[in-house]
Amino acid sequence: MEAAKVLDAKGLACPMPVVRTKKAIEEINAGEILEVHTTDKGSKSDLTAWAKSGGHELVKEAEEGDVFKFWIKKA
Amino acid sequence: MAEKKRTTIILFSGEYDKAMAAYIIANGAAAYDHEVTIFHTFWGLNALRKDNQAPLKKGFMEKVFGKLMPRGADKMGLSKMNYLGMGPKMIKQVMKKHNAMPLPDLISMAQEQDIKLLACTMTMDLLGLQKEELLDNIEYGGVGAYVGDSEDANITLFI
Repeated sequence: MEAAKVLDAKGLACPMPVVRTKKAIEEINAGEILEVHTTDKGSKSDLTAWAKSGGHELVKEAEEGDVFKFWIKKA
Repeated sequence: MAEKKRTTIILFSGEYDKAMAAYIIANGAAAYDHEVTIFHTFWGLNALRKDNQAPLKKGFMEKVFGKLMPRGADKMGLSKMNYLGMGPKMIKQVMKKHNAMPLPDLISMAQEQDIKLLACTMTMDLLGLQKEELLDNIEYGGVGAYVGDSEDANITLFI
């Protein structure tokens, strides 16, 4: 999956992953994909809910070791 | 375009942990593209104090309040386990370890995210706080401003 932008939010605590994701998604165009990497254990619920609220599509998510990865398609 | 959603928070408390909770929620709501207002009243006003303001002309009671209250967000105590100021030192260390944002940074980020910081002018008078000793780029108002922002809010909290 080709991401238009990759956001490294590893090591950041609440509320930063959502705040940074919001900023990052403003920098891409509708239909493009933002890839987000986090380590905050709450980010799975946080980013899923955040994407839903904004009408964005969470295309894919993955866990690699301690790192959570999300691919969000901008609405 | 659909009307933006709104979040309003009353920050009544003057403790570091409670103010932190308020500011984390506010910043989170801003990331949800809400229009956010934090209404600072009573002890919550201390979160807005500058830490190095030159003394202003004040009456006796106002001076006493000014001295006894924390001068700025970073000087606030904890609502639990304050231990004469040791608690805040310990929690700040732990926060550093876990990369949690300190309260003063959360406040600057709130300003960056265009969160409306509203200071209650009635309680400013009671506590003898003047505009000069509060942060720049904040707004001043009363219950009218708070209710005005809240009547079509989706979330409203009292902390």
